[in-house]
Amino acid sequence: MARRLIRTVLLAGLLTALLGVAAAATIEVRDFDDPQLARRYTTLTHQLRCPKCQNETIAASASPIAADMRERVAAMLEAGRSDREIQDFLVQRFGEYVLYRPRLSPRTWLLWGGPFLLVGLGGGILAWRVRRRTTPRALDAAERRRLDALLESEERS
Amino acid sequence: MTRRLLLLVPLILFAGLAVFLYRGLNHDPVGRESALIGREFPGFSLATVADPDVRHDASLLAGKVTLVNVWGAWCPTCREEMPQLMALAEQGVRLVGVDYKDTREAATEFLDTLGDPFAVNLFDPDGTLGFDLGVYGAPESFLVDRDGIIRYHHTGAIRPENVEQEILPRVQRWRDD
Repeated sequence: MARRLIRTVLLAGLLTALLGVAAAATIEVRDFDDPQLARRYTTLTHQLRCPKCQNETIAASASPIAADMRERVAAMLEAGRSDREIQDFLVQRFGEYVLYRPRLSPRTWLLWGGPFLLVGLGGGILAWRVRRRTTPRALDAAERRRLDALLESEERS
Repeated sequence: MTRRLLLLVPLILFAGLAVFLYRGLNHDPVGRESALIGREFPGFSLATVADPDVRHDASLLAGKVTLVNVWGAWCPTCREEMPQLMALAEQGVRLVGVDYKDTREAATEFLDTLGDPFAVNLFDPDGTLGFDLGVYGAPESFLVDRDGIIRYHHTGAIRPENVEQEILPRVQRWRDD
């Protein structure tokens, strides 16, 4: 049993590694003199979405437009442009679609705020229910009379 | 009674989610509105397919409602939409082509076989104008008004129904404007 598990895990690891090699083989290697630029290049290309593919970063996509975009990102980095300028440049052409990390704007506040809103709502409901269940309540007159009657019949028997 | 109604909440939520996801099934993930709608056509300076010595810039689009079509001889879908482009040209719509990431030889052969509906064909071998237009796959078409503002964007092949229902009415509208 344990041996089979180990074999499965090893096989899965091997397959993942092979897939990684296949994906990397289609993407060109880019050299930057400045390691800082190389790091920014990696971060940026992993946060930009290929407009041709439905769900791939431009760092991972083999489509020609993703290659063009990587090229442009590298050129703009070398030219000393800021990350924000590079993102703006691409958003102007390809739309907000290319941002994997959408910006906070009136259009996206629900997206960013939604989880907090839901947690708040759920927490509120939970707190309300727990409190309602645990707070003792004084008996009203009718209940008091009924309790007395019950206790009395209990004592008599 | 209100407690009973509360029991319906999960059902309503489920129905809402089902409608939302069902719509997603039929939603075309490729076609989406261009970021350039309502903006000026990007500047360019490109030679034509026919003549490397003739250059045009954005003033080419001034004064007349124009359908700019980004195409390439390497693109099978572009072949598919050529009859529709020919029909548009016959109906008096001015077409400007952007020959995207192509060679002059292939483009010329393409136009010789399938017909040439374009008033001018810009030659964009590196895809620079295509990039500025946010083109991520040919064919794409942009309707540009007389002031050079992009008014409409179509991704993928123009089909006969697109001509009648989308393009001709919009050409008319921006001509009247």
